Amino acid sequence: MSDLYQRLRDAIADERPVALATVIEGRNAGAKLVVEPGGVALGTLGHLELDRIVSRDAAGELAAGRTGVRHYGAEGQARETDVSVFIESFSPPPIMLVFGAVDFTAALARAGKLLGFNVVVADARSVFATVKRFPMADRVMVAWPDEVFDAYGHRLGSHDAVCILTHDPKFDVPAVQRAVATEVGYIGVMGSRRTHATRLERLREVGVDQKGIDRLMAPIGLDIGSRTPEETAVSVCAEIIANRTGHAAPSLRDRQGPIHRPSDNR
Amino acid sequence: MKEILSDLDAWRAEGRRVALARVVNVEGSGPRDPGAAMAVSDNGDVIGSVSGGCVEGAVVGEALDVLETGERRMVSFGYSDDEAFAVGLTCGGTIHLFIEPLDW
Repeated sequence: MSDLYQRLRDAIADERPVALATVIEGRNAGAKLVVEPGGVALGTLGHLELDRIVSRDAAGELAAGRTGVRHYGAEGQARETDVSVFIESFSPPPIMLVFGAVDFTAALARAGKLLGFNVVVADARSVFATVKRFPMADRVMVAWPDEVFDAYGHRLGSHDAVCILTHDPKFDVPAVQRAVATEVGYIGVMGSRRTHATRLERLREVGVDQKGIDRLMAPIGLDIGSRTPEETAVSVCAEIIANRTGHAAPSLRDRQGPIHRPSDNR
Repeated sequence: MKEILSDLDAWRAEGRRVALARVVNVEGSGPRDPGAAMAVSDNGDVIGSVSGGCVEGAVVGEALDVLETGERRMVSFGYSDDEAFAVGLTCGGTIHLFIEPLDW
């Protein structure tokens, strides 16, 4: 009896995408399919053709990360409503790549975990990139950006985030170069407006085009007067959310003037 | 449902009977999206949430009834303006839940 639950459970634990389709109205209410990418399914809704159609649809919903109710005829017909099926997609957690083991990194990694990200902290300097300093990260890599993107670049999509905190062109430039070559939804780069202006020159020199540059959120974060690492982490995470949802939020990038103002109430 | 899986594992390992309630549809403004889940064990323990607190009490009652009768069901909660103390969502939306025994 517990095969379905176990199959679902194992996929989620292993961070493999999986969908659960449940008949919620119509014949065989409660019947289920556990569907993996490509439409491979375990279980039955009581009719072979219905199973085939729902498996196919569930794989599509899973690929899009959608959860919702779909209606079918008793034998899987479209445009009929004998059977309502709730298709729930379980996607692996989104990825947050944080470049730079600096003083802001631990707070951002903690905030990333709070939002459910699989957080990877990377820095080429082994003295700084240690599990001891970043116990909250899912993975700490002593690595140059190329190595990190070789490992994760192909997996990055609209729900994932790249945060570049190094402030050092040696790391920043290759990290941005590789980030804009991915489908990642958010690329934030830390540094003052002046730092970013210099960085832009270097990025153009190495061939990053305007489309790539337009994707950069720099200076990183929302303009909420954050100053401490924790406040900055909140402003970065809020910007990541606003970016994904498309809601208007006051990004530092879209404003002018200093990031920190002496008149800010502390 | 992800966030309640480890508790569900523990309940199942203890041999507890469990009812699972999942939000399957939301009309208008709702506090939680489809997929939000809570579970109730046969001794009345509760994990998870389906509405941020508005209707959880009523869902526990339905879930215990599902466990008792074995009858899975759809249950809907909406804003109720005629009965001041009726169970409803203060945000004005309607949520539809599917409640079933976790016997699969």
